[in-house]
Amino acid sequence: MRRLRSLGIYVLLILVSVVYLFPVVWMVSTSLKTDPQIVRIPPNLIPSPVRWANYGDALRTINFLRAAKNTLYITGMNIIGNILSSSIVAYSFARLRWKGRELLFGIMLSTLMLPFAVTMVPQYLIFRNLGWVNTFKPLWVPAFFGSPFYIFLLRQFMLTLPNSYDDAARIDGCSSFGIYWRIIMPLIKPALTVVAMFTFTTHWNDFLGPLIYLSREELYTFALALQKFQSDYVVNWAQLMAASSVMTLPIIALFFAGQRYFIQGVVMSGIKG
Amino acid sequence: MLNRIRWARHEETIAGWICALPWILGFLIFTAGPMVISLYISFHEYNVLQPPLYIGFENYIRMFDGGPESELFWKSLYNTVYMTVIGVPLTLLVALLSALLLNVPVKGQALFRTCFYVPSIVPLVANSLLWMWLLNSRYGILNMVLGFFGIKGPAWLASPVWSKPAMILMSAWQCGSPMLIFLAGLQGIPNSLYEAARVDGASGLKQFTHITLPLLTPTIFFNLIMGIINTMQIFVRGYIMTNGGPADSTLFYVLNLYFNAFRYFRMGYASALAWILFIIVLVVTLIQVRFSERWVHYEL
Repeated sequence: MRRLRSLGIYVLLILVSVVYLFPVVWMVSTSLKTDPQIVRIPPNLIPSPVRWANYGDALRTINFLRAAKNTLYITGMNIIGNILSSSIVAYSFARLRWKGRELLFGIMLSTLMLPFAVTMVPQYLIFRNLGWVNTFKPLWVPAFFGSPFYIFLLRQFMLTLPNSYDDAARIDGCSSFGIYWRIIMPLIKPALTVVAMFTFTTHWNDFLGPLIYLSREELYTFALALQKFQSDYVVNWAQLMAASSVMTLPIIALFFAGQRYFIQGVVMSGIKG
Repeated sequence: MLNRIRWARHEETIAGWICALPWILGFLIFTAGPMVISLYISFHEYNVLQPPLYIGFENYIRMFDGGPESELFWKSLYNTVYMTVIGVPLTLLVALLSALLLNVPVKGQALFRTCFYVPSIVPLVANSLLWMWLLNSRYGILNMVLGFFGIKGPAWLASPVWSKPAMILMSAWQCGSPMLIFLAGLQGIPNSLYEAARVDGASGLKQFTHITLPLLTPTIFFNLIMGIINTMQIFVRGYIMTNGGPADSTLFYVLNLYFNAFRYFRMGYASALAWILFIIVLVVTLIQVRFSERWVHYEL
C-alpha cells in the first residue's frame, strides 16, 4: 500500500514536470527546425534534419555580440552598485544603533510596495534633463544608491550574525566602517551571491527600462533587440526561438550553478510577512 | 573608559547615518523627488517640448468624463482587474498544489523542484515570444494537442475573448516564486502536529483542512498581496505579444499609461493615471490587511 502510494506520487511528479518543462523543450526543438518542419501537421518533437544555421542567422540579425556586450555592461554595473551600496546600507540598518533608524527602515520597506509606474514618468523627465537618454546611465546609476529589496535581504542575513563579533572588534579599536568592511562583508558572501544572481537575472531580463531609455540601435540590450527583431521582421519562428533559447541559456546555467542561493533568495523574500 | 564608551556611541550614530546615506539620497532623488514632480505634472499639460501648462484637475476628470480617454481608462482597468481577480487566485492555486506535491518526502525531491521552477526563470521577453508560438492558432502546439482530442482551439491571442485567459495560462505556468514560498511555509509546519493528529485518528484530508491550511494562511496572505501588486502592474506581455489588442482586450493599465507617456508624450495625463493606480493599489492592500485578521492565523 505504501509502495503503491509512493509510486503514484512519482507518476504525478513526472507528469507535472513534463507539463512544466515541455514549453522550454519545444522552444529548443523549434529553434532547430527547417521551415517545412515548422508548419508540419502533426509536428515532430525531434527535428530532422537539424538546422543549426537558425542560430547563426538569428544572432546575426539581432547583432548578438553588440547586444550581449551592452547587456553585460549594464548588468555588471548593477551588480557592483548593488553589492557595495545595498550592503553598507543594510549594515547600518542591521548592526548600528542610531536615532531615526526604525523610522527610515519602515519608510524603506513601504517603498517596496510602491508601483514602479508612479516614478516611471518623473524619473524619465529627470534623466532627460540630465541628458542621459540614450545612454546606459539611467539603467545603472540608481543601483549605486542601494535597492530596498536587496537592502532588506542583506539586513535579514546580517541579523543572524552574532553581535559578539562587532563588540570584540570595537574593543580592539576597530571603527564602524572597519567592522563593515573587514568583518561583516566576508561573512555575508552567501547573501551577496544571492544579490549578484538576482541582479544579473533582473537586468538580463529587463525590458521596460531599455525600452524607455534606449532608442538608438547600437545601444540595444538583448531583450530589446529580441523584441525589435520580432516586431520588425516577418515572423520567423525558428529564428525567434533560437534567439530566445540563447537569451534563456545563461539564466538556466546560472540557476543550476547556484540553485541553493537562488531558492534561498526567493524564500527569504517571503519571510518578511 | 566612560569617555571611550560615549565616543563609541557617538561614532556609531555618525557612522549609522553615513552608511545609510546612499539609500537616503537614492530615496530622495529616485522616489520622493519624482513623486512630488509626478504630482505637480499631473495637474499640467506637458508634452516635454513646451513648458508645463496648468490645467487643474483636467487630467483626472478626463479619466471619468465618458470621453475617448475615459473609455480606454475603464477598459484598461477592467482588463487589469480581470487578470488580477481571475489570474492571481488561479496562479496561487497551481502554486499551492505544486508545492504540496513537492512537499511529499520522496527521493529526488530536489530534482523535481528544479523542474517545476525552470519555467519561472525564462526571461519575460523570451517567454512572451515562446508563448506567442505555443498559442499560434494554426501551428501552435496547444491547439494541435486540443485538436488531437477533437477540440477546436480558439485563436487565443488573436481573439478578444481568449487573449486574457491565454495570458493567465502563462502566469500559472510561471508560478515558481509563490510555489517556493508555499513550500517553505509547508516545511515550517512542525511535524509533531501531524503526529498528534494521526494519533487522534484524523484522516489526510482532515489534517490538511485543520492543520496545513490554517497554518499556511500567513503565506497565502503574503503571496496574495504580492501577486495582486505585481499583476496590477502587468505590462511586458501586453506590449510584446498583442500590443494591447485585439480590440484593446489586453490594453492593461500600465500599458495605457506607457502609451500616453512615451508614444503620445502626454506626461501630465500619464502622471495622473499613475497616481490613480497608486491609490487603487494602496486601497486594495489596506483592505486586505484589514480583512486579514478574519482569516490569517499565526498559530493554531
